[in-house]
Amino acid sequence: MLEVRGLRKVYTSQDRTVEALRDITFSVAAGELVCLVGPSGCGKTTLLKCLAGLLGPTGGEVRVEGRSVNGPPPGMAVVFQEYGRSLFPWMTVAQNVELPLRHKGHGRAERRRLVTGALADVGLAHTPDAYPWQLSGGMQQRVAIARALAYEPHVMLMDEPFAAVDAQTRADLEDLIRTLWDRTGVTTLFVTHDIDEAVYLGERVVVLSSSPTVVQDDLPVDLPRERDQLDTRAMPRFTELRSRVYGEIRAAQRAASRPDGA
Amino acid sequence: MSVGARLRRAAEVVALPAVLLAAWWVTSDGSESFYFPPLREVVAVLPDTWFAGGADARIVSDVLPSLARLLTGYGLAAVVGVGAGLLIGSSPVLRALVEPVLEVFRAVPPPATVPLLVAVAGIDDLMKVLVIVFGCLWPILLNTVEGVRAVDPVLADTCRSYGIRGPGRVRSLVLRSASPQIMTGLRQALSVGIILMVISEMFAASNGIGFTVVQFQRTFAVPQMWTGIIVLGLLGVTLAWVFRVVEARVLRWYEGIRSAHRSGG
Repeated sequence: MLEVRGLRKVYTSQDRTVEALRDITFSVAAGELVCLVGPSGCGKTTLLKCLAGLLGPTGGEVRVEGRSVNGPPPGMAVVFQEYGRSLFPWMTVAQNVELPLRHKGHGRAERRRLVTGALADVGLAHTPDAYPWQLSGGMQQRVAIARALAYEPHVMLMDEPFAAVDAQTRADLEDLIRTLWDRTGVTTLFVTHDIDEAVYLGERVVVLSSSPTVVQDDLPVDLPRERDQLDTRAMPRFTELRSRVYGEIRAAQRAASRPDGA
Repeated sequence: MSVGARLRRAAEVVALPAVLLAAWWVTSDGSESFYFPPLREVVAVLPDTWFAGGADARIVSDVLPSLARLLTGYGLAAVVGVGAGLLIGSSPVLRALVEPVLEVFRAVPPPATVPLLVAVAGIDDLMKVLVIVFGCLWPILLNTVEGVRAVDPVLADTCRSYGIRGPGRVRSLVLRSASPQIMTGLRQALSVGIILMVISEMFAASNGIGFTVVQFQRTFAVPQMWTGIIVLGLLGVTLAWVFRVVEARVLRWYEGIRSAHRSGG
C-alpha cells in the first residue's frame, strides 16, 4: 500500500546544506496501523511531507498503491499537527468536512451522507454549524479527523495530531483512532514523538534515528487488538515494548551527540 | 442585545454629534460673517436647495450622477485591484518585478493626476471615473497582494493534499484568507474615492455635488454652499455605514477568532 525506498532529503540554502533524511526504507501493508516514532528534530514532519507528496525528495522513492508519488496522491488524507491552522476558520464544521468532497465530485446527497456520518463517528454530530474557533483544541482535531474520514481515503497520514492537546483529551483521541481503524480498516500511518502513544496505538512501530535519519528498528506490537488505556498500559508486554523503543531512541540520541557524528 | 442596551448604544452614537451641532447652532446664531452664516440659515435653505423641483431637484440631477460615477469607479478599481492582487500575490517573480513600481504609483497623490486626465480623457464622465479608479486602485491592489501572500502554509498544504486547486482554491482559500486585508484596502479606497469624486467635479463638470458646491461659492450663495458640504458629509457617513454592514458580514469569522482569542487568553 505504502512503500518507502531509500528516501533521502537534503535541504540546501545559500551557505549550508542540511541532511534531514539519510536513508529511509519501510512499508505499510493495506489495512495496517503503523506508528512512526523518533526523537524530536529527527525530521518526522519532513518525512511525512515527502510521503504526502507535499515535498519532493532528494533521492529514493515513495509509492502509494503501486504508483510513484510526485504530488499529493488522490487516495490519501492527511491530518496535520496544527489543527487550528488546518481548518478553514471562515467555514463551519460541516463545511470544513464537506469541502474536499466537493472537489472530489460527490453529489449533494452523497456529501450530506458522508459529512453526517463522519461527524457522528468522531462524536461531533451535534455541532455541524459551529465554527472551528468556537471549539476546544481536541474538538478541532476531531473535525480534522472527520474531514479525513469523510474523504474515504485508502491511506491516512497523521502528523503528531495530538501533540498539542491535554492528557485526558489525548487518551480519548487515541482510543478514537483505534476504534475508527478497527471499524474502517483504513491503512494508517501515525507519526508521533511519544513512545507510549506509538506502542499503545500501533500494530507496528517504526523507530527513526536522530538526524540524519535512518530507520533504526521496525518491530511488531504483539498486544491484544482490543486496547484499553488502563489494562493495556499495565501489561508487562507493553512495558517491555516501551522500554525497547525507549532504549533505541536514547541510543540514537547518544550516537548523534558524539562529536564524530553517527 | 436588550432594548435598553440598544437604546444606550444609540444614545452613545448620537451624543457627540448632537452636542457639536448644538454648539455650532448656538455659536453661529448671531454670526454677521459672510462666509460663516448662522446654521439656522443653512438649515432653512437646505430642503429648497436639494429636494425642491421634483425630477429636476439637485438630489436627482447632481447627487445621483456623483454617486453613479463614484460607484462605477470604485467598483472597477475593486475588480481590477483584487484580480491583479491575486495574480501578483500568488507569483513571487511577478511580485519582485512590479512591487517597486506599485509603491511609486501609490505614493503619487491622486488629485495630482486630475489635470493630466482632463487633458487626456476629456471632461466627460469617463475622465471622472478614471480619476476615481486611479486613486482607489492602489490601496486595494497592495492590500490584496499582502493578504494573498499571508495565506497560512498549513491551510495551503491542506488544500493541496485534498486536491483543492484552481478556481476552487482561489474561492475557498485565497480570497477568504485575504479578505481582512482586502476589506482594509476597500475601506481606504472608499474615502479616497469620495475625495476624488468631489475634486474631479470641481475641475470640469456640468453636474455633481462638487460642481454644485463650486457654483454656489462662485455665485456667493454661501448658505447654499454650506448645504452642499453638509450633503457631502451625510453621503460619506451613509457610505461608511453601508461599508461597515457589509464588512461585518464578510469578516464575521475574523472578528469571531479575535474575540475567541481575547476571552481565551
